[in-house]
Parts: sequence; structure tokens; C-alpha cells
Amino acid sequence: MSEAGIKQAEILIGVVLRLIEGAKHVAVGANSPMPAAAAFLAQRLGGGRPHVSLQQSPRHNLFTDGGRELFDAAGQGRIDVFFLSGAQIDGRGNINLVAIGDYAKPKVRFPGSFGSAYLYFVVPRVILFRTEHSRRTLVPKVDFVSAPGVSPPNVYRRGGPIALVTPLCHFAFDRDRARFRLESVHPGHTVEEVLDVTGFDFDRPAAVPVTPLPSPEALRLLRETIAPELAALYPNFAQRVFGLAPRAAE
Amino acid sequence: MAEIVRPLEAAVAVIEDGMTVVVPPDYSGVAMEATRALIRRGVKNLHLLTLPASSLQADLLIGAGVLASIETSAVSLGEMGAGPRFAAAVTAGKIALKDARCPALHAALQAAEKGVPFLPLRGVIGSDLLKVRSDWKVIDNPFAENDPILLVPAIRPDVALFHAPFGDRHGNVWVGRRRELFTMAHASERTVATVEEIREGNLLEDETLAGATIPAFYVEAVAVAKHGTWPLKFGSRYAEDTAHLREYMQLAASEDGFRRYLDLYVYRRRAA
Repeated sequence: MSEAGIKQAEILIGVVLRLIEGAKHVAVGANSPMPAAAAFLAQRLGGGRPHVSLQQSPRHNLFTDGGRELFDAAGQGRIDVFFLSGAQIDGRGNINLVAIGDYAKPKVRFPGSFGSAYLYFVVPRVILFRTEHSRRTLVPKVDFVSAPGVSPPNVYRRGGPIALVTPLCHFAFDRDRARFRLESVHPGHTVEEVLDVTGFDFDRPAAVPVTPLPSPEALRLLRETIAPELAALYPNFAQRVFGLAPRAAE
Repeated sequence: MAEIVRPLEAAVAVIEDGMTVVVPPDYSGVAMEATRALIRRGVKNLHLLTLPASSLQADLLIGAGVLASIETSAVSLGEMGAGPRFAAAVTAGKIALKDARCPALHAALQAAEKGVPFLPLRGVIGSDLLKVRSDWKVIDNPFAENDPILLVPAIRPDVALFHAPFGDRHGNVWVGRRRELFTMAHASERTVATVEEIREGNLLEDETLAGATIPAFYVEAVAVAKHGTWPLKFGSRYAEDTAHLREYMQLAASEDGFRRYLDLYVYRRRAA
């Protein structure tokens, strides 16, 4: 289990694992294999905590009062961590899940906002996760604000973005300044590379640390215990990253 | 009075041109066999409401020209991407779209459940959704100082349409933990359900089943449709037909390909 053999996905899972430390309940949306892996890993390392809920899996769906229960529980403050993404994300933490171009006559149309304009406000730790790090996705200003990164002081807001994780780096989000700060760059990448492919301005320390790798224990658990569970939930992901054959859903 | 349990075509006959129909997401029970029956019948100008998101069902109905409008928080086939006919119709300006978000749709139907005109909801202030949703209002919380809050109006659909594991001859329908189906049934004028099977007896007489059963007084029609969510999954009962959905994504990428899909899987299946 050498560090040399570590995969990019495992580094990202390690970043998310640190960001969710101490959470009581982590909710994971559809199509989020790496956040799900990190959440299950945290649960295994934490002896059963945090609670991890996955709406689309009968076994991991902790809700029994319908699709609204996630939102109602989040509205009460019972969900500590959620993950969001965006076709575009801008430097103020605004996310766009709707369209590129003019809203009425878009150039490209995406699926839609899902629950973002709600969960971004009420979940204390929202982790933005974007698997394409480019000037196309990380832009100066989004074309459509599905959900804003920050709000005026009189708008009720318990939560919001705390970080943006990409295949290149980890940005922390400063809510007071409404800006991202480069927290660390993943092994094998450079600050120059990040500057080159990021469309928005961000803060950075004079010396940017290298992203720490997950501990050997975490990595072993991830590969031996968590990965086979993921194969049932995210067959494509598990096959691509861990080389596991698809299993029947549970 | 017509029998509640009836053949599929007779059950979906409840859905008439111009009606507002609410449907559930893939993790619940999507009535795909009933959807194909509706397309074959040539129903028109439906207003579709997805609670909260949809995949193949909404995309098929859009592509087949069944819908006058759609209100949804997303039309997505998961890892495979946005619904191709949805994206094509929106970029071409060919469908009246109300972009929503999941909790707002739940709240709109919960308001209808309670028989009240609106419900307040946190979030959304500062989102561009507010600019495109003139029917959503922000007011000052009358119980606090300087606390703006969103109101969403109640939506009362004409019909709730979904698929469930089983029902009985009285029209009671067991949905298990999928309680968004309760919300849909309570909020809608009438409910049409397809089920895997009809069980003998009365589900409400069994306390272990009754709490997860939608009572017949909400239900207009029930039809048996084995594997009624195909090619979508049905809870842990059966998985999605991924190969078929891939084929759909390929064909539906173009208008011609989509027509071929309809011929192959919507029109021809019934004729065979």
C-alpha cells in the first residue's frame, strides 16, 4: 500500500474525510461516489458515527417519511454535512445547475437545481465537489445563480459552502470575504497549474501546502471494506477506481 | 360505480387532456407502463409536476409531445446526464418550464394536503430562481423583525400517478416507506396507481401494513402492471435496466432516434 500507488480519487476522499470530521449526520445526494466513500469511511473509523444517509439506497436511506424528510431534517439543523456541485461555480461560491447562456434561450441546459437553493442555506457544512477543474467550470461569475454562496446578514442562513474540492486542489471558503483560499494542492500538481485552469480569483498563502494523504489505516479500510460496498451503489465508479465488478444493489 | 381495480388502459383513462399530473422520482415508484399507455393513447397538453425530480418518464412525455408544461427541480438520468429530450426542448424554447427546487415542490403539495393557500420555506433568497418564478413571493416574517422568508403557493394536481408494490380490491395501496406518495395522493384530486399485484383481504385491517397504506378514499383507479417501473428500478425489488437506458440516451440524442425509440418500445410492445 505505497503512497506511490495512491489514486487521485483516494486523495480526494481523504480531503473530504477531514472536512466531515466531527459531523453527526452526513447526507449524500445522488451521483456522489467520492463523498459517499468518505462518509462511509468516516463512519467506519468513528465506530458507527456519523450517521450517513443516501436517499437512493434502501439500505442506507435513514428516512421513513418520504422525500421531504431530508429537507425538513436539514431545516431543523439535523443534517451537518451535504455535498453540492455545479456546472459552473464562481469565486463567490455561487453555483449554477440550470443553464449556460440566457435563461430563456439557453445554449446548454442542465438537469436543474434539485434542492441546492435550500440545502446551501440550512446545512452548516456544504462541501462543493467538482470533478472537472477548468476555466469552463470555475468561472468569474455564473450565468445563473441556482444558489448563492453568501447572503446579506438579515437573510436566515445557518449554512453554506466550506470548501471546494477538485482533482487538483482543495479551496477553503471564507464566508466573511466571500472568497476561496487555496488550502492545498494535491500531490503531482502545482500552484501554477491551479492558477492556469481556474477562472476566478482566489487568495493563497505564500507557500501552499501539499494535500496530506489519507492515513494508511484509512486507505486500507477504504480499499478492503468500503470499496466493495460502493460497488453495489456506484458500479461504474467502483469498477473504474477500484477495479471491482458490479454487484446487485442493496 | 366503476371497479377501482381495472385494466391498465381503463385506469389511465382517468387522466384526460389538459390535466395536471404529479409523478414521483426514480427512488420511489415511477409508473412507466402507465406512461407508455398514455403516450399510445395520444393524451395531450398535460401539465407535469415532478416530486421533486424525474428521469425517463418526463423525458419520454416531453419527446412524445404529451406535455404543455413541466414544473420540476431536475430532469436527469443520473450518471448518464440531463434528459436529452428535456434539454433539447428547453434550448429550443419548445416547452413551458417552471424551474423549481425539491423542497419547494414538497412544500407546495404539503400546502395542498393541509388545504392552505401557501407555505413558508427557508432558503432561495438570492437565487435567480426567484427571478424566473413570479409565483413565489418573499414576505417579511410577521412574527419577527427584519426576517425575509419565501412563500410558495399550494399546488393541487388533478391526478397523482405512481407505481406501488401491492394493493387490494378495495383500492387501498401499500407504498411502504415511500411516503412522498402519500403527499402526492393527499394533495391531488384523485390517485391512479399501478401495482405489482393485488392481495386478497383488506390491507387496512392489518396494523403492520395499515400505516404504510394509502386508503382507498384517495384512490380512483388501480391496475396491475408487472415490472411496472421498467426500465427504471423499483426500490430493492428490481434494478434499473442500465443497458436499455444507455440505448435510450443514444437514440433520444436526436429527434429521429427518439421516434425510433417510441416505435420500438412504446408502440410496438403493445401491438405485439
